[in-house]
Amino acid sequence: MSEAQEPTVPPVRFDDPADVPEVRWRVTAAMFYGNKAAVLGIAVLAAILLVGLFGPLLLQADPFAIVGAPLTAPGELRPLGTDYLGRDVLAGMIHGTRPTLIVALSATAFTVVIGLSVGAVAGFYGGRIDNLLMRITEFFQVLPPLVFAMVIVAIMGAHFMTVIIAIGVTTWTNLARLTRAEFLKIKEREFVLADRAIGVRDSRLILRVLLPNALPPLIIAVTLQTGLTIIYEAALSFLGLTDPDIMTWGKMIGLSRDFFFDAWWSVTFPGLAILLTTLCIALIGDGLNDAFNPRLRGR
Amino acid sequence: MSTAIVQRIVYGLLLLIAVITLNFLLIQLAPGDVVDVLLTEAGGGDPAVAAQIRAAYGLDQPVYVQLLTYLAKMLTGDLGYSYYFDEPVLSLLLDALPATVMLVLSALLLAMVIGTLLGVIAALRPQGLSSHIVTVLSLLGYATPVFWLGMMVLLLFSQYLPWFPAFGMRTIPMPETPLARALDVLHHMVLPTFTLSILYLASYSRLSRASMLDVLGSDYIRTARSKGLAEYVVIFKHALKNAALPIVTIAGLQVGSVFSGAVLVETVFSLPGVGPLLYESILRRDYPVMLGVLFGAAVTTVVANIITDLVYRVLDPRIRGIS
Repeated sequence: MSEAQEPTVPPVRFDDPADVPEVRWRVTAAMFYGNKAAVLGIAVLAAILLVGLFGPLLLQADPFAIVGAPLTAPGELRPLGTDYLGRDVLAGMIHGTRPTLIVALSATAFTVVIGLSVGAVAGFYGGRIDNLLMRITEFFQVLPPLVFAMVIVAIMGAHFMTVIIAIGVTTWTNLARLTRAEFLKIKEREFVLADRAIGVRDSRLILRVLLPNALPPLIIAVTLQTGLTIIYEAALSFLGLTDPDIMTWGKMIGLSRDFFFDAWWSVTFPGLAILLTTLCIALIGDGLNDAFNPRLRGR
Repeated sequence: MSTAIVQRIVYGLLLLIAVITLNFLLIQLAPGDVVDVLLTEAGGGDPAVAAQIRAAYGLDQPVYVQLLTYLAKMLTGDLGYSYYFDEPVLSLLLDALPATVMLVLSALLLAMVIGTLLGVIAALRPQGLSSHIVTVLSLLGYATPVFWLGMMVLLLFSQYLPWFPAFGMRTIPMPETPLARALDVLHHMVLPTFTLSILYLASYSRLSRASMLDVLGSDYIRTARSKGLAEYVVIFKHALKNAALPIVTIAGLQVGSVFSGAVLVETVFSLPGVGPLLYESILRRDYPVMLGVLFGAAVTTVVANIITDLVYRVLDPRIRGIS
């Protein structure tokens, strides 16, 4: 092989303007922004992100500091009350925003990398490679995710990196299956065959041809996965399987577990923070779904 | 059909062997070994004694020999011994699994029945109130952390309105007649089952709604209606029978996820299932129990998958002949 140059793809002509990718994406975006619930989700989520970014600067309290009598009910001085050690619940929630989101987003990123790689390779190459990768996927599906993640964190030690690894290792299977199914659907289409025929490299085919065309369902799935990861991380934190040095919403609930009959506020408010965040993500996911599949609206 | 089932079971066994191998690898990953734990508990000991114990446990053998020994032991039901509970892991698991399996099954059944009904009603009126309820439920079902929901349910229905007991699975002392005892367990299981099922109820209602909408548009439904069958016969006998197939598939796939949810719910409601067992064993660094629970969970999922496969074959005659 002496050719050093990547073969150039001739420009494609579209008969229907709605088939031009740029137009399609613009229509999708317009539909998404026309969805009030989804836009509300984006706005509230942005507010939560701002709290995560700037909250600790505005409220320079130590979330671990004891500031008052234990189990003080919400009142003027402590709007959301104090927990069993006299720590401020509001301060904990504000300072807990950033770690909660960082761990959840990194874990989702890890899940996406594993899921997309496995699914893309299995769907693209097919045959024995596909068979092997799907067997591995089935193997991981036999292990209940939370139980597996608990064992991983318990054995590797509670550190935020091990939490991220544990979540990634136990949640990638759905994304892998979805990516594989999409790749199988697309890889026999004419434009892919044409690219193959002119000798486009495999890696370029996967990343520049197949992946962009498989994006719509994957974007929806990744959005929803982010919400699930937030809940998943909260569950691990709740069980005490979390970095001892960081405060997260799930950990606040877990720490107050034995006292929640005496202080409903110490578990209710951090839980509402989780619920609000995941609810926004769900609304965004629904909006994306409607925007990408206008014909399936309401299903 | 029977060869297909045999194949399925053999495949399940292979998966379990893979799980045992994974468990073995996890033990290798853990810092220190049994001997370190024993010596630490005994307050230290000299290296010669440690080597002697290692030889007695076969820990001086090459790794692959250890793996084969471990596989043989696990497959014959010897899941190891708990340092902390001072009991064989198998008997701990057999004590804890029934409560968990009961919780998982009752929650799944409840979610399936109510969820499917709700979905069917919603499919009959795609723009009606029931459709909105399905939408809101599926949003909340997706977004709510199950352990937090359990606490909220306890605050509401056990503290504020003292209708249900907050902890455990039985009243102590136990009621005398068997009927009263059964009712007592039922009374304790209401809140945990409700908590666990509500999350899955949402996904079933959404799924059965979509599935029913698909089926209701097909020709044979119009035929059934045009020959003058009663509407409920068309809906439940003709439509639901076909719409139920994806629901069964999803139920089978969800067992692992429901098992995870059950671990959390049991921890919140202090039920004597594998959840608290796993939690305790992690606190005590009791590795054989942890890995035993992981193995028990995998066995449960594999068995559930095989059963789903069987149910599917009964429901869908088209795949009966295919292996």
